[in-house]
Amino acid sequence: MEMIKLTIDKKPVVVKEGTTILKAAASIGIDIPTLCYMKLEDMNIENKPGGCRVCVVEVEGRRNLAPACATEVDEGMVVNTHSMRAVNARRTVVELILSDHPAECLTCAKSGKCDLQDMAQNLGIREIHYTGEQSTYREDTSPAIIRDIDKCILCRRCETMCNDTQTVGVLSTINRGFDAVVSPAFEMNLDHSVCTYCGQCVAVCPTAALTEVDQTGAVIRALSDPTKKVIVQTAPAVRAALGEEFGMEAGTLVTGKMVSALKDLGFDYVFDTDFAADLTIMEEGTELLGRLNKYLDGDKNVKLPILTSCCPAWVKFFEHQFPSMLDIPSTARSPQQMFGAIAKTYFADKMKVKREDLVVVSIMPCVAKKYESSRDEFKVNDNPDVDFAITTRELASLINLSNIDFNSLPNEDFDQPLGESSGAGVIFGTTGGVIEAAVRTAYELQTGKSLERLDFEELRGMEGLRKATIDFDGIPINIGIAHGLGNARKLLEEIQAGKSEFHAIEIMSCPGGCIGGGGQPYHHGDAEVLKKRQKAIYLEDKNKVIRKSHENPYIQKLYEEFLGEPMSDKAHHLLHTKYFDRS
Amino acid sequence: MPKIKLAEKTIEVIREICAKFNNEEGELINVLHGVQDQLGYLPAEVQEVIANELNMSVAKVYGVVTFYSFFSMIPQGEHPISICMGTACYVRGSEQVLTEFKRQLKIEVGQTTADGRFSINCLRCVGACGLAPVVLVGDRVYGRVSPQQVNKIISEYQEGCPAEETKTV
Repeated sequence: MEMIKLTIDKKPVVVKEGTTILKAAASIGIDIPTLCYMKLEDMNIENKPGGCRVCVVEVEGRRNLAPACATEVDEGMVVNTHSMRAVNARRTVVELILSDHPAECLTCAKSGKCDLQDMAQNLGIREIHYTGEQSTYREDTSPAIIRDIDKCILCRRCETMCNDTQTVGVLSTINRGFDAVVSPAFEMNLDHSVCTYCGQCVAVCPTAALTEVDQTGAVIRALSDPTKKVIVQTAPAVRAALGEEFGMEAGTLVTGKMVSALKDLGFDYVFDTDFAADLTIMEEGTELLGRLNKYLDGDKNVKLPILTSCCPAWVKFFEHQFPSMLDIPSTARSPQQMFGAIAKTYFADKMKVKREDLVVVSIMPCVAKKYESSRDEFKVNDNPDVDFAITTRELASLINLSNIDFNSLPNEDFDQPLGESSGAGVIFGTTGGVIEAAVRTAYELQTGKSLERLDFEELRGMEGLRKATIDFDGIPINIGIAHGLGNARKLLEEIQAGKSEFHAIEIMSCPGGCIGGGGQPYHHGDAEVLKKRQKAIYLEDKNKVIRKSHENPYIQKLYEEFLGEPMSDKAHHLLHTKYFDRS
Repeated sequence: MPKIKLAEKTIEVIREICAKFNNEEGELINVLHGVQDQLGYLPAEVQEVIANELNMSVAKVYGVVTFYSFFSMIPQGEHPISICMGTACYVRGSEQVLTEFKRQLKIEVGQTTADGRFSINCLRCVGACGLAPVVLVGDRVYGRVSPQQVNKIISEYQEGCPAEETKTV
């Protein structure tokens, strides 16, 4: 490929042909401001509509300013990224956006984390010289996501995630000119659409046009009610990201501080979703081996590959898009829901608390978990197994509003009996982790042998689609991994066409798995943040004494005292589920 | 999402049009034109069939339908009236012509009369600026229309089909 020489801000730079001015500038450390543009490096996710015009730069010899994100470099080009003409144009653009944006920053959910607010501050905008009509659009509330479209700046990032990355296709820009908004087809509400609530639109929205349903108020009310016992579970990916909300470097593990903060907030017991992840492995692993052994015995009716079912957005995705394949995913509930079901039976009995007086809160990296906990099949007499599912961000907000100094908290341990977990439970938080956890247990149960190595590097990584073959003592087991629903779709279409070579497939909806969930601290387009969180998850696993789910003593005790054995009638009733055709 | 409730025959018509354009996503606008030509409008169910056939999201189809003013989700009247609001027509008084049509038919732009006979739409330039202001009824072009002539145009269609060709009333 030909190399192009140009000058940016008087500095010479040589880049490949086809590079944009934005990237060429970044390669020599010049950070041109952007608003609509977003790229997650190495993850095949890029939003480049060239729409906002904030990244305009002056190119010598050109009459008009050029949008740096969408203009390719030319030989000998002379670019000035901070000429007064470019800066003034940027300020005008941002003022115009602000002239049609509600001035609600003081009480806005996104205040302090808003890309538009940052941009206005960086450009020193103190006055908006334009007044005119303001867009008004009804607010759309669903079980997980709120669309407040008056705050939309039409950057199209959500559209890119919904259509290109996730292939869900709910969001599109509709109408024209001033009336243009991002909306589902026929302006239907999200909860009537095929939205999976994966929350990737929320994760990339630069403003508060798309946010999660805030349940912190409900949690505060429960914690303030003396008649309620309030317990909490924390998902694996939360501990690898929560620190970012308090100024820590991405990838800092804050497990002990998080437990400490939750105790300070007044939760009666602080438990771990990782415990339920171990339980998931017992059920899902047993189901996998059951199907596999039937298959190996020559039963051609058995459904393979088995697909993981811990991700609620993924579940809703296949219920809408692949209704003919409802019998392929594992019937195991997600760890969040297994935890809820065990908490409101086994634990409630132990504590002699009535189901109605026990409030189960979960801290999730996920927006779809709010929806999952509201599904009817996870309720008993209208009382949900999990009462409230709040995101990592909402937890940070609870800690902040309670004036808890997170950074100076001591490390504390989870409570028992639902707080002990293996390293296998921890790695549920990253792409590849669920299937690695399943392999650790399934291998030992199947072969009766002890694994010599526990780190299955061949299952790890950030590539959207991965495959590996694991030797189960002479039997090769083909494993597929997909994260991002667009990648999942490819594997499903293979299965539908009868071309799948896999025995087991792990699917997570969000890029990177739960570490990149829609409820995590905003990554602001920096893929490095996700990679650092992933490293932290594997580090936590390595530091664990027990690293295999079936060796978790509290799991063994739960089966002895309560469930009997994996896939028993009781386990079926409490820990498994069924799927619905939503097409 | 609403279940598709179209007649099998209608679905067949849509499928044929999509097939004519090789079911290509890039042909969406041509497909929409073709289908609207046949059915008169593009209701939600029709857009869903098109989305299925072209293997794209219905939100994207709806995005295109709502972007172009030519496409309509409301059934057109038996005699769709289009008033040109292009520059030439506008400066020569098309707005007053439009106001008169709205007053006489008692409907707004984008609406259809209760008896289903007339609907009103605006469009931007039909390339007959020499005849400004221009009104189209169905495929027929009326040039140099004044508000006083509106009643006469409407009554032609109430009595039956008018003569062919372009008219300058």
